[in-house]
Amino acid sequence: MIIEDQVMDAQERIGFRLRELYHRHGYRRYRMSKFEEYDLYSRNKDFLFSDGVITFTDTNGRLMAMKPDVTLSIVKNGRDVPDALRKLYYHENVYRAPDQESGFREMTQVGVECMGPVDEACLAEVLALAGESLALCSERYVLEISQLDVLSAAVNRVSEEKGIRKALLACTTEKNRHGILNLCRENGLEEKSAEPLLRLISLYGSPASVLPELREIAGEIGAADAAEELSEVLDQLEESGISERVLIDFSATGDLKYYNGIAFKGFIDGIPGAVLSGGQYEPLMRRLGRKDRAIGFAVFLNQLERLTEGGGANA
Amino acid sequence: MLNVALPKGRLGEKVYGMFARAGFECPAVLENSRKLIFDNEAAGVRYFWVKPSDVAIYVERGAADVGVAGKDILLEYRPEVYELLDLNVGKCRMAVAGPADFQDREDRTLRVATKFSRIARDYYAGKGRDIDIIHLNGSIEIAPILGLSDVIVDIVETGTTLKENNLAVLETIIPISARLIANKSGFKFKTGPIQRLTEELRKEVDRA
Repeated sequence: MIIEDQVMDAQERIGFRLRELYHRHGYRRYRMSKFEEYDLYSRNKDFLFSDGVITFTDTNGRLMAMKPDVTLSIVKNGRDVPDALRKLYYHENVYRAPDQESGFREMTQVGVECMGPVDEACLAEVLALAGESLALCSERYVLEISQLDVLSAAVNRVSEEKGIRKALLACTTEKNRHGILNLCRENGLEEKSAEPLLRLISLYGSPASVLPELREIAGEIGAADAAEELSEVLDQLEESGISERVLIDFSATGDLKYYNGIAFKGFIDGIPGAVLSGGQYEPLMRRLGRKDRAIGFAVFLNQLERLTEGGGANA
Repeated sequence: MLNVALPKGRLGEKVYGMFARAGFECPAVLENSRKLIFDNEAAGVRYFWVKPSDVAIYVERGAADVGVAGKDILLEYRPEVYELLDLNVGKCRMAVAGPADFQDREDRTLRVATKFSRIARDYYAGKGRDIDIIHLNGSIEIAPILGLSDVIVDIVETGTTLKENNLAVLETIIPISARLIANKSGFKFKTGPIQRLTEELRKEVDRA
């Protein structure tokens, strides 16, 4: 059966094309047909994209939540299988309150998760799929990549105090150099200790132009292995044909309680926020008792509402 | 073409001066006209004036690629934007103010009147102090005088208004100044012009 394009809106059309893409690459569908207990989300609330969760009492009296997220369920309900890579994709509605004023919204999200013995080839495959996902939406896209283990080492150089680390990461996400220097001054920390972090924030550009300096910084702060792994993954990505759209940018961060390794975000010209977000989430796996390595990403289809057929965005 | 949202008012005019000296001139901006948008194609900029508290919204939602917003607005609304530069103008501070002889009694909830609910909530949560926020949209200083609140959290520039109303700064929360902000997606697709603007403005800040 062929479904005519005209009967689908942009979100549906792209959603099904993405599913086709992931299916073609050997990913199997994960269907979230049940609800999770609210407790799962409240214990991991910083992992969620927004603060609020819609709750309801189930027929057995348990407090449940209307899906604010899919990854947590996949991690919780999966089992570690040694030596077997588990490749899943999903296409689900999630319920989030992006800001206090607009209240809860239903949003459609498509994503992939890859768990198990994730090696460099697998990391490169997921990044390539992220790039291809963006290319399906528009040819004018950028995939920005950072390495959280390198970033974490640079942040630790400044301070290991939880509150300061969090503030330093927030400044990194904002490319806020003066904010980092202010934090040093306010907390009596040596400004010199923030030098590697400030250098990381300034790195911006194609892997070829940025990697030599990144290796140098990572070497100075004891994160050479992480930079080396990123560099090998990016080498493998060369074959995918998306590498000219890849940028290294350390403002693609994540909460270090949940994320590690490679983190990335996708942007499309004319759409103001990230339309794709992903990365490795092994600390989350450990929190939920899993041993596997893991990487995944989500495409926020609601952001693509204004995408026109030509691939641009109309206002 | 870079779309620039400037905050209406004295601060915006001062900031425009910095942009102009940095090589992004558009003299029509300062003319008294009913025009809303001002282009200078040669310099590659398009300016528009918006309400200071709206600049961050224009930038976050991509209607402007860059803009200038006070740190107070950024802390209160937490827009998803890049904060590229502290322009070091429009300097003031976010402070707790109240009657000069005010003594906080821990045995009751502190009533705080403010336009900046989030900043006030975060500040007192950090101190573990239970507060009752009274959100007002203006004339905050009147609240403690009429007994509507115990203290206020507001921007203090010179402190003259406070003094005239027999109020005083009790605690400083954070220094405030104007910041150059950029839309995250816009930054990826107009990297060159935005980085050039940031660098030229940085030189202006250093010169001042």
